Amino acid sequence: MKRDYDVVVIGSGPGGLAAAIAAKENGAEHVLVIERDVELGGILLQCIHNGFGLELFNEDLPGPAYAQHFIDDVRGHGVETLMDTMVLDITPERTIYAINKGLGYLELRTRAIVLAMGCRERTRAQILLPGSRPAGVYTAGTAQRFVNVEGFMPGEKFVILGSGDIGMIMARRLTIEGAKVERVLEIMPYLTGLTRNYVQCLLDYGIILEKQRTVNRIIGKDRVEAIEAVSVDEAWQPIPGTREVIPCDTLLLSVGLIPENELSKQAGVLLDPVTNGPFVDDRFMTNVPGIFAAGNVVHVYDLVDWVTEAGYVAGKGAAAFARDKHVEPGEHIPLTAGENIRYVVPHKLDKARLAEEQVRLQMRAIAPIEERVLVTVEDQNGEVVAKKAGAYARPGEILTLAIRPQAYELVQKATGLTVNVRRR
Amino acid sequence: MAEISEIICVTCPQGCLLRVKHAGSEVIEVHNSGCKRGQEYAISELGDPRRMVASTVRVNGGLHPLVPVYTRSAFPKPLIPRLAQALRQVEVSAPVKIDQVLLADALGTGIDVVASRDMPAR
Amino acid sequence: MPKKYDVIIIGAGIVGSLVARFLSKYQLDILLIEKEANIGMGASSANSAILHAGYDPIPGSNKALTNVMAVEMWPVLSQELGIGYSRCGDYVVAVTAEEVQVLEELLARGQRNGVAEIEIISGTEMRRREPLICPDIVAALWVPSGAIGDPFAATVAAAENAVMNGVELMCGTAFEDFLMEGNQIIGVRTNQGDFHCRWASNAAGLYADEVMHKAGVRPEFIIRPRRGEYVILDQAEFQLTQTTVIFLTPTDKGKGITVSGTLHGNVIVGPNANFVDSKENKDTTTEGLQEIWEGGNTLIPTISRKHIIAQFAGLRATGNAPSPDPALNYNQDFIIEIPNNVSGLVNLGGIESPGFTAAPAIALKVIELLQNAGENLQEKPDWNPVRAPRPVFRNLSREEQAALIAKNPAYGRIICRCEMVTEGEILAEIHAPIPATTYDALKRRTWLGTGRCQGGFDIPRVVAILAEALAKTPEEVTKKGGQSEFLYRSTKAVDQDYLNMEALI
Repeated sequence: MKRDYDVVVIGSGPGGLAAAIAAKENGAEHVLVIERDVELGGILLQCIHNGFGLELFNEDLPGPAYAQHFIDDVRGHGVETLMDTMVLDITPERTIYAINKGLGYLELRTRAIVLAMGCRERTRAQILLPGSRPAGVYTAGTAQRFVNVEGFMPGEKFVILGSGDIGMIMARRLTIEGAKVERVLEIMPYLTGLTRNYVQCLLDYGIILEKQRTVNRIIGKDRVEAIEAVSVDEAWQPIPGTREVIPCDTLLLSVGLIPENELSKQAGVLLDPVTNGPFVDDRFMTNVPGIFAAGNVVHVYDLVDWVTEAGYVAGKGAAAFARDKHVEPGEHIPLTAGENIRYVVPHKLDKARLAEEQVRLQMRAIAPIEERVLVTVEDQNGEVVAKKAGAYARPGEILTLAIRPQAYELVQKATGLTVNVRRR
Repeated sequence: MAEISEIICVTCPQGCLLRVKHAGSEVIEVHNSGCKRGQEYAISELGDPRRMVASTVRVNGGLHPLVPVYTRSAFPKPLIPRLAQALRQVEVSAPVKIDQVLLADALGTGIDVVASRDMPAR
Repeated sequence: MPKKYDVIIIGAGIVGSLVARFLSKYQLDILLIEKEANIGMGASSANSAILHAGYDPIPGSNKALTNVMAVEMWPVLSQELGIGYSRCGDYVVAVTAEEVQVLEELLARGQRNGVAEIEIISGTEMRRREPLICPDIVAALWVPSGAIGDPFAATVAAAENAVMNGVELMCGTAFEDFLMEGNQIIGVRTNQGDFHCRWASNAAGLYADEVMHKAGVRPEFIIRPRRGEYVILDQAEFQLTQTTVIFLTPTDKGKGITVSGTLHGNVIVGPNANFVDSKENKDTTTEGLQEIWEGGNTLIPTISRKHIIAQFAGLRATGNAPSPDPALNYNQDFIIEIPNNVSGLVNLGGIESPGFTAAPAIALKVIELLQNAGENLQEKPDWNPVRAPRPVFRNLSREEQAALIAKNPAYGRIICRCEMVTEGEILAEIHAPIPATTYDALKRRTWLGTGRCQGGFDIPRVVAILAEALAKTPEEVTKKGGQSEFLYRSTKAVDQDYLNMEALI
């Protein structure tokens, strides 16, 4: 095989596939996608439920169908692919070390890299869940792989901790396959996934959701035999007298996702402690020249459509870098989180970029606002360069807005932009 | 006789809690809707509730033992348990192509259940 | 005429496995039995992994004698068995004047026990050596002969070396009773049948009291399980300046909470020490976490809960045996004896900390006891003390990794991405002289599933590999034997109707 590429994409989920396609479409000749699983598509392949593609295609597709669209496109564009291959190391000089059963130890050179490793699930240890250590405690995604791809049920009687989308979707999925979901527990006072999923996954099937309630202890020697649930106050402290032992054989955890950046760190990529993903500019380039990042590796998105869009932007940037061996050192201004905003991606903006195209920002609110809101992007003088009205702002749903080319003149005068979300 | 039901509208992520005055499946008035789509949602939800259904069916000789499937259009909600049961009986052989009909006219609804991906042979 | 073993060893933890390994040097028929599906799953699987220098035990006690004797054995033993060992030294740090006084006592005790090069250093010197240490430290005991090991790897390697040298091992074989003729042991009864022997060795760890009571030995001896809880920190997020072991000044409850490097690269914090009601109660608790975290934070203020990637608990087999020398007035000693009232029993009990450290010396003591009892032990001419290590992919250089994959492609497939464990390593353990047959056995041998994702990525893959290699269905693969199956049925194998979906209709 070849050992020298223009663009190498690591990961073949929606971000990686889009990046590979965009790299090809923007002139990169030799593009390679490296995937650790045996096929392209990433986690979408196990997300068999509908709800993908509404923003980009105005279609309501299951995850595998959404992925297949891009897999076919990657093949059509002549992108090279390496499956069942694990990248072990990346250097800042863009040498990639990877291994594959058939091909052995690989050392590849490339002009640009797109990191698209996605994210991983938070585990029992990260939420410090006490008790015994039996079989039958799974993250929702691992259970999803078993049920939907490997073809096995990891239990018959479930309790699910966390009202994130994957947890609720698994509650429905398990019920359809004949299992019983005893309870969904949510430590927060609000739903952390989408309302649509609450209705169609829990209400439809009569599955009980209890908010401000969590698992206090796991019980069982060999296999989970029960969990002890407890109510918590605003500070997550257990409320006396609210304990209940719920018999079950499996506990599923849907308690959050973390960008997967171990490779990024090896390559010298700096991470934002708030997002746990790389600091990126508006082309999704990291602090290491020629290393780009796209999708959930940057921050955890809630819609795949925006991951795809980010992949396109990163792939285009990578192709340009590969062609010119560098990126014009444009004048970047910082994008910072302002009022009630936890973070903004990208972290900085090339002022000249708006001459070419719009730049999409993704933000997360800190506190929920259940009334009409206005998201604004303001310069150092409080002048608004972009805004968007919304019906509400919730920490569980990403806010997104585009700075349009029309704002070009305003942005040229800016030394920095701040994003805010306020009651209208 | 008219009664009041509360249903959550899922047309958009806002999730308005609609207060619907209705007589059986006939909607009389919809309150607390953030937009006019709430009215339509209430009518369909009370008259003929439907859902997109996604599941899997067994596949022989495929890369994986199951192939994911979905209903081509929204499926009558009360029939979902029977659909789940029907899909357990379906067994196909690899290769399967995306959009291939794996259960035609499911339960006589006229709705096909199709593969949501290619499943190559092993 | 049924086969008669010379020695049956009850329990394949670190003690039983090392007794088997050292006895395998002699011309003896030895059977090692283990009640669990895999060896080393009790106290040997969950402890601090520290090889104590020997300044802590009461001078003259069995604990002190075997501890100090074993310290000199580990460098050679770890070479022979192909297991990790690092003489990184350890520190005990003091904040208050009273604690400094305890350091003085430890220093004196260490010197009496014969611990080499032990000294007290200033707080300034301690901060120079480990800048992350709490600024309030006023002095520290520095013990260069402190070391870290891997108790689970040591157990596996010792038992494997024993098996290489002719010892028979039976897992899933639970001791039930002794077969006796008068006060002479002639065999053991197990759930797998009766086995005859001339000698039985009690190495049953937490259950050693129950085993010896079956022979009518020491009815007053009781083991009270004392639980120690730990947390493991993500090695990518937190490292000590140099790998070492740092103790808080000990109290009467235990050796004090430790922040310690490990051979696997992670930092471990713990343990506390609390008596529990059951010998199976390895629960972690919120209160326990709080306790060890406070201790850890006192030592290293910069550790963060965000860096915790695993929690676990282990049990110490805390006994109530008086030391052989009554003048010591110490009642928590190891039992290493051939009892007076029963023949054919080498009795070991109360082997709590520093049991891992002391285990090879205990094994030598067993040999000595047998010889003193008149056993004429003849060395095997072909005894091989060396058990070669198997490749650990992540520890190899690029060139070595490439060569390994070229030789065996299974090393070219990563199964655990966080800890970089390959299919080759997993298959090597499944097909080892003592096969790993469960997920937890593979986890402890290869370190798979111990990283940031805690098995989220590898479990489906490992279940598939175990099923294929053991010719089982995936539903039969277990986490740790018994009823600990991962999977219940195939997704579509249910013919029930809509019981769980009434709400829909």
